[in-house]
Amino acid sequence: MLEIKNLQVKVAGKEILKGIDLSIGSGEVHAVMGPNGSGKTTLAQVLAGRLAYEVTGGTARFQGKDLLAMKPEDRAREGVFMAFQYPVEIPGVSNAYFLKAALNAIRKYRGLEEIDAMDFMGLVQDKAKLLGLDETFMKRGLNEGFSGGEKKKNEVFQMAVLEPKFCILDETDSGLDIDALRLVANGVNTMRGPNRAMLVVTHYQRLLDYVIPDFVHVLVDGRIVKSGDADLARNLEKHGYGWIVEEAPKPQPARA
Amino acid sequence: MVSKSVLQEQMAKQEYKYGFVADFDEDTIPKGLNEDVVRLISRKKKEPEWMTEWRLRAYRHWLTMKEPTWSNVRYPPINYQDIIYYAAPKPKKEVKSLEDVDPEIRSLYAKLGIPLQEQERLAGVAVDAVLDSVSVATTFKDKLAELGIIFCSFSEAVLEHPDLVRKYLGSVVPFNDNFFAALNSAVFSDGSFAYVPPGVRCPMELSTYFRINAQDTGQFERTLIIADPGAYVSYLEGCTAPIRDTNQLHAAVVELIALDDAEIKYSTIQNWYPGDKQGKGGIYNFVTKRGKCLGVNSKISWTQVETGSSITWKYPSCILQGDNSVGEFYSVALANNYQQADTGTKMLHIGKNTRSTIISKGISSGYGRNTYRGRVQIHKGATNARNYSQCDSLLIGSTCAAFTFPDIQVQEPTAQMEHEASTSKIGEDQLFYCQTRGITPEDATNMIVNGFCKQVFLKLPMEFAVEAQKLISVSLNLEGTVG
Repeated sequence: MLEIKNLQVKVAGKEILKGIDLSIGSGEVHAVMGPNGSGKTTLAQVLAGRLAYEVTGGTARFQGKDLLAMKPEDRAREGVFMAFQYPVEIPGVSNAYFLKAALNAIRKYRGLEEIDAMDFMGLVQDKAKLLGLDETFMKRGLNEGFSGGEKKKNEVFQMAVLEPKFCILDETDSGLDIDALRLVANGVNTMRGPNRAMLVVTHYQRLLDYVIPDFVHVLVDGRIVKSGDADLARNLEKHGYGWIVEEAPKPQPARA
Repeated sequence: MVSKSVLQEQMAKQEYKYGFVADFDEDTIPKGLNEDVVRLISRKKKEPEWMTEWRLRAYRHWLTMKEPTWSNVRYPPINYQDIIYYAAPKPKKEVKSLEDVDPEIRSLYAKLGIPLQEQERLAGVAVDAVLDSVSVATTFKDKLAELGIIFCSFSEAVLEHPDLVRKYLGSVVPFNDNFFAALNSAVFSDGSFAYVPPGVRCPMELSTYFRINAQDTGQFERTLIIADPGAYVSYLEGCTAPIRDTNQLHAAVVELIALDDAEIKYSTIQNWYPGDKQGKGGIYNFVTKRGKCLGVNSKISWTQVETGSSITWKYPSCILQGDNSVGEFYSVALANNYQQADTGTKMLHIGKNTRSTIISKGISSGYGRNTYRGRVQIHKGATNARNYSQCDSLLIGSTCAAFTFPDIQVQEPTAQMEHEASTSKIGEDQLFYCQTRGITPEDATNMIVNGFCKQVFLKLPMEFAVEAQKLISVSLNLEGTVG
């Protein structure tokens, strides 16, 4: 579904990703872990299409198409979704209005008819229950005055409604208490399926106790230094990142 | 600019030189202003002596006044002798069908969703549709008359309801109130008059919409609305289509009077020609609007959506004289390209337990400059007066500007005041977030702006709210320019 080859990215002139190779197949859940500053969020953002991130080399193909050449909105319409680490607030625009606009923009791109208000309400009610969101939630401004946990739930809720093919979860577990974490994980798990892939970016093992990944990759200093299965994540939880950083091939010191 | 005294001298000379007004060609009087022009305007409207005198007193006072310079707008000096103060209804350009209308205007109509028949009327196409809408107007008028409601042009009111006009004209905005109000008082061309008798609730929104085609209201409009005890009226002003006008100065005066337990709701959508993208042309909209809550428990509510004009100078205000009276001001002002808006309100609390609410939303884009200017005055004796003010500014891009000048004067220790202000910018983060949900930056901007204005749009009558939303997005040129 997604083929990333030798992806290199600069942010504000600084090289952050130094050649990422990653192949994600349909139905797979991949976790990318790593210490702070290793480039995890950069990877998530660049796949979603953040402009400030300059791709200096490599490719990313999504279902055979050049993902990096697409505008962010077209990536979304093709089926890419990112749950943000820090979702923005848009005062005065209700969650319902926003989500309906998003859904219809995507449907229109795919040549489907716009969904009407009744069908839309039916659709969102089911998904809202899944995440324990009550009715008033839809009428509130988008993330306006939401707690950290509510914002994260809203991200996964949007994901459930928009039904993307490829989901990027950027630090979705941060700021969640244990009950919220379970709800969010449950929401994510119900979306797992043979036609959908996920990339879970996280610093901690926590979320991966509930969303068991098929593959785990460790990102250090802009490179994937180790890949494995869910056991790798548990090892990291036990021993920290230190041993991997030690093991990782050091860049050659520049000659004077 | 010529100093006032020199100007006065010149005008005095002119008066002498051209003192034989009767010789003027009645439909095309020369540029410039003097007492004879004022008399001529009055005579053309067949006004009674008292009206002519009132205009002249206003004119004489205007001569002693200076154009205000305190506002936060910049424009080259206006030559008041270079303006035609009376013109017979402008000959309509011969337009046979919509095909002949400027394609730019037509596409704007289409974007606004104005029905075809309405488009034809606005473009001045001489077809039967025009007659249709006139007959519709007459139907409304008959229905209103049954309830004792008077709704007519200001000129008609002067002739047919002189007692009401004499009693209330200038009682809220005296002719010597300010420079532009004085000018208007001297030369006003026409406007609207509405009177709702005691205890009557006007069953429909009164609007210039179905009257304006009968009379081509000029640049100096004058509106007077009176709600007798227990009456209610909602008045809509304006037209959602662009009015292309060669005249530069638009100086209107609106006076509202609410007696005991009466309520007036006044909504405006102002979309005069804003000038082009380089800031050339456009209307100077220098307007004085004020309402007086004269009676106890009365209420006046202003709602405005200001998207047009190259310069807006406008402060719809409330004098809260009656005990327990309520004043409200809800405003959305947009300044795009080189537009400048200096707008806000005054709430003067005189009566006991008076309350006022101010919600102002300013949007700046392009090189626009948007200023909120508000004064809240709690007079001594206005016990338990309360005010809540909120003024928010939204910036789009990095070349525009927003200013806020709140002025709060409290002389009453029991008063309760609240003031909130915020400035925000449509951030790249917000746009990116929307994009990752499949929404284009243009649609996202539109959505964010409408969300920002929501509190005010909710105060507009339903159909107006929908039009206001569309108008904002059209005024921001959101099609293919953002992102």
